[in-house]
Amino acid sequence: MILTYALIFTTGCFALGLLMNLWRVVNAPGVPDRILALDTMVINFIAILVLYGIIEGTAVYFEASILIAMVGFISTVAYARFMLRGNIIE
Amino acid sequence: MGLDMALWQEITVSVFLVVAGIFGLVGSFGLLKLPDPMTRLHAPTKATTLGVGGVLIASMLYFIFAKGQISFHELMITLFLFLTAPITAHFLAKANLHTNVNRADVPPPVGDRPWAGYESDDARRIAEGESTPGA
Repeated sequence: MILTYALIFTTGCFALGLLMNLWRVVNAPGVPDRILALDTMVINFIAILVLYGIIEGTAVYFEASILIAMVGFISTVAYARFMLRGNIIE
Repeated sequence: MGLDMALWQEITVSVFLVVAGIFGLVGSFGLLKLPDPMTRLHAPTKATTLGVGGVLIASMLYFIFAKGQISFHELMITLFLFLTAPITAHFLAKANLHTNVNRADVPPPVGDRPWAGYESDDARRIAEGESTPGA
């Protein structure tokens, strides 16, 4: 019973965080802020995916979480490098 | 969902979940609230990463308590996130330094050579005695 409420609360927190990040992506003051907001969206989404795994009681979503974490990290590094150097693979 | 768990087990998992949720919310709020780009780097890379770590610990405890099985996927995700968050922050700080910060405002380095981010590739190769590419 307690766990149900805690799960609802945490999912709400991370969903609210995702909305804040989306707001930040849409109107950010600069390009680094936009990249940072996208990176935070990926991290928040991993949290929501793990929470959904707890709610459903299956361990299927962990593989998806690992994949999304890897793709998010690589895309953030690629964005930052594109900002710095103007291309990604030299 | 959690029906076959003792009360103290539910409370333990719930405490981890609630603390993680608050940390995640604070991280995302800090991204909106903090005043300049360099301070905005702090909120998501520290608070949100800690929040996800809390969720993963809660998930691990839940699967141990409710199913009686230890899963190492969470440990892998935690390790990966905690390794990549500082690298991301470093890359974004460097991008910020090059786009938003005036070169004259950066404190001077010790020695003859400029800071690593500002030195051109050719100057670095000459200073470190490496051969030029293609030579």
